[in-house]
Amino acid sequence: MNAEAKPITHNLTMDFSEEQAMVLEQARQFCGEKSPIPSVRNLLDSVSGFDAAVWEEQVQLGWMGLAIPEAYGGLGLGISCSVPVAEAMGKNLLTTPFIASTLAAQAILRGGDEWQREQWLPGLATGTVASLALLDDGDWGGSLCEAEVVRRNDEYILSGQKWFVAHGATAEFFVVSARCEGSTVLAVVSAEQVTKNESQVLIDETQRAAKISFDQVNLSSSAILSQADTDGLLADLCLLGALLTAAEAAGSAIACLETVVEYLNIRKQFGRLIGSYQALKHPTVEILNAVDSARSHIYHAAGLLGSDALDNDAEIACRMAKVLATDAICYAGDRAIQFHGGMGFTYECNAQLYLRRAQWSQQYYGDSRHHRTRLARILLDNSE
Amino acid sequence: MSASKLELEQFRTEVSAWIADNKPGNPGFLLPQTFMEVGNEQQLEFLREWQYKLWSAGYLGMAWPKEYGGGGVSPAFQRIADQEMRRHHTPIAFNVIGLGWAGPLINDIGTEEEKEKYLKRILSAEDIWCQGFSEPDNGSDLGNAQCRAMRDGDEYVVNGTKIWTTMGNFADHMILLARTAPQTERKYDGLTFFLAPMRIPGIDPRPIQKLTGEYGFTETFFTDARIPASSVIGGEGNGWKVAMQTLQYERGAASGAAGGLNAVHTSAGEMIESLRGVQRDGRPILEDPEVRDELVQTLIREKSIALGDRRVHISALNADYPYSLPLSRKLRFTEHSRAMRKLAVGLQGNHGALYVGDDDVIDGGFWQRSYLNSFSATIGGGTSQVQANIIAERVLGLPKD
Ligand SMILES: Cc1cc2nc3c(=O)[nH]c(=O)nc-3n(C[C@H](O)[C@H](O)[C@H](O)COP(=O)(O)OP(=O)(O)OC[C@H]3O[C@@H](n4cnc5c(N)ncnc54)[C@H](O)[C@@H]3O)c2cc1C
Repeated sequence: MNAEAKPITHNLTMDFSEEQAMVLEQARQFCGEKSPIPSVRNLLDSVSGFDAAVWEEQVQLGWMGLAIPEAYGGLGLGISCSVPVAEAMGKNLLTTPFIASTLAAQAILRGGDEWQREQWLPGLATGTVASLALLDDGDWGGSLCEAEVVRRNDEYILSGQKWFVAHGATAEFFVVSARCEGSTVLAVVSAEQVTKNESQVLIDETQRAAKISFDQVNLSSSAILSQADTDGLLADLCLLGALLTAAEAAGSAIACLETVVEYLNIRKQFGRLIGSYQALKHPTVEILNAVDSARSHIYHAAGLLGSDALDNDAEIACRMAKVLATDAICYAGDRAIQFHGGMGFTYECNAQLYLRRAQWSQQYYGDSRHHRTRLARILLDNSE
Repeated sequence: MSASKLELEQFRTEVSAWIADNKPGNPGFLLPQTFMEVGNEQQLEFLREWQYKLWSAGYLGMAWPKEYGGGGVSPAFQRIADQEMRRHHTPIAFNVIGLGWAGPLINDIGTEEEKEKYLKRILSAEDIWCQGFSEPDNGSDLGNAQCRAMRDGDEYVVNGTKIWTTMGNFADHMILLARTAPQTERKYDGLTFFLAPMRIPGIDPRPIQKLTGEYGFTETFFTDARIPASSVIGGEGNGWKVAMQTLQYERGAASGAAGGLNAVHTSAGEMIESLRGVQRDGRPILEDPEVRDELVQTLIREKSIALGDRRVHISALNADYPYSLPLSRKLRFTEHSRAMRKLAVGLQGNHGALYVGDDDVIDGGFWQRSYLNSFSATIGGGTSQVQANIIAERVLGLPKD
């Protein structure tokens, strides 16, 4: 063959730092202790969805400061160290505002000026709950800027509505994407300024999100993040959100796999353990392989992230990670129900927790098809 | 042993230049795409010459001990040499059963004498090796192998049939699994592993034609073939254990291979390039949303394997199932390769119905031939279904069938 192919998958870096390894080990142990399934179930119908004491401990461990520079009260280890935490939390279905607040901090760190960083980052490093409000409706492929800011002298007036704002009921402030005079802005809006804050009923009962709306909300100019390339920043935040969601999903998929394996090793039918039937065995191996692939991409992606804007390789990596993690948990959750038989159809069986988690992870920050469509543009339309 | 980044990069430049200068041109006849398709003397001589050249230049067996013909350097060098061979699309290093399986086995458990006798000649392709595991009635159920080897003085007398013996008709030696004790409690305990000579009376390898119409393996008949008792490796009755170790090398789950390509390299990127000219519904096929999605999924799968090959070295990221990545690699890689080639042919439209030899076939029929050949890897070395059983049982701890 003489076709000279562009090496599409040339970046195969797999850097996993000692810091990441330490965080992963600590987080796995912590989440395992603090979030056994009975605790997860206890929180399902609570209002906040999380245990304030556990959240406080996470903050004390420094996890909220992992990706915040030391100058603003964090540990300065970078967002790559937040990824193992998300995975460990996912493995134990531990949901706190960790991901939401981490992403809000990234918005301010990457988009704010010195004053804005000093204003908000130290609080975030010590446990202030905040959240990104990006989605105008149900479509992550849409503009994400249907909300509008009208400028009047030194005042900015925000109107619009945002969906799936994680921990919307608990957050003290939001970073909201909107359109202002033809360009994108990100605005910091406090909880008191929100016109309407309605909790959404989610398929994953461990998660919390709200639909929040703004009706002519007055903002000062210091509330508008100063970053010049806000479109790029918004895109990066979506990719970081996708990666952290992928890590959380991959963790949940491992736990789901363990649940399946455990049942296949105790349930007998026709005088044999059901795990000896290949009709169950082989799909279970497929779950394992799917999780393995997802984790390879997740940690590859994490290793490509720094404090700068994400480059092309990082974008490819985050999107692929989200595709694989989402597909892995969706497949794992689906098979977990089926492989538990009638027991799998009950609320009591833990399989439902994973299937519901799967449907949440799938849509949050864009489903698998959404990311594949974007990947196709990057990978197939190169004209070199 | 460990080499600096700079050293490795200098080495890459060196080996790349050497390959560019020494890579053989188009021989004017069809070359095998994998080591399992060496079908005639012409191909054999061409590949023998290439492997000899590669080894003489120092780019094969780089991590094997110097005293047995190896280079005695870190495996990192061989990995780079292999990468460059892939990049330059060199021919294969065809003596794979020696280079990849028998060689590492001898290196790991062979006697001094065996190492001296065999290793260098494997590298130089002076000796060709084949593998006598499968039998007509015992394939996946390898532990049930029935080919008999009966002790007679300082020889064993072998009777029985092996099949699918890759390069059986060209080989000088065979790694042979045979039954030395017919009545053991466990079927596995009656097996013994031999480093057997092939060019002796009583061994008759008969070529079998493959689905491509080409040749590459044989049915191998043993009739009172006498092999020396000293050719036992690992001890009488321990054949199953030695065979399992050999399969670890074969499936890429254990290291020690001499290096070189065992299949002609291609990639999803090359497949995509080859499709740029194809039309569907009057438009370039690469604009079709469904096709695009399938191609992206293929690219993702390809990258998963490459990233897995790197993640496998990071123990903190393999804590849950330490053997998962190594034991599943064969399954993941061979199934991906097959699926990718199937897709490549399927996306050619009408051209997909052409074959090697037609003037209009895309890329000389590479994808069609390669798709047909891809099953060699999903069947050979233990089928995908058997691999899935192994992963289920050894990695996940699920019960046996
Ligand atoms: C190109 C090529 C080269 C080869 N080279 C060599 C060689 O050099 N030396 C050598 O010894 N062998 C060689 N083989 C043989 C190869 O190892 C066997 O073909 C393989 O192990 C399968 O055995 P079989 O052909 O008897 O198929 P079978 O075992 O009869 O399998 C038939 C089907 O049943 C399935 N099956 C069998 N058992 C199970 C089970 N327990 N659970 C689920 N599914 C099952 C298989 O997956 C397959 O789909 C080669 C094969 C090929 C295709």
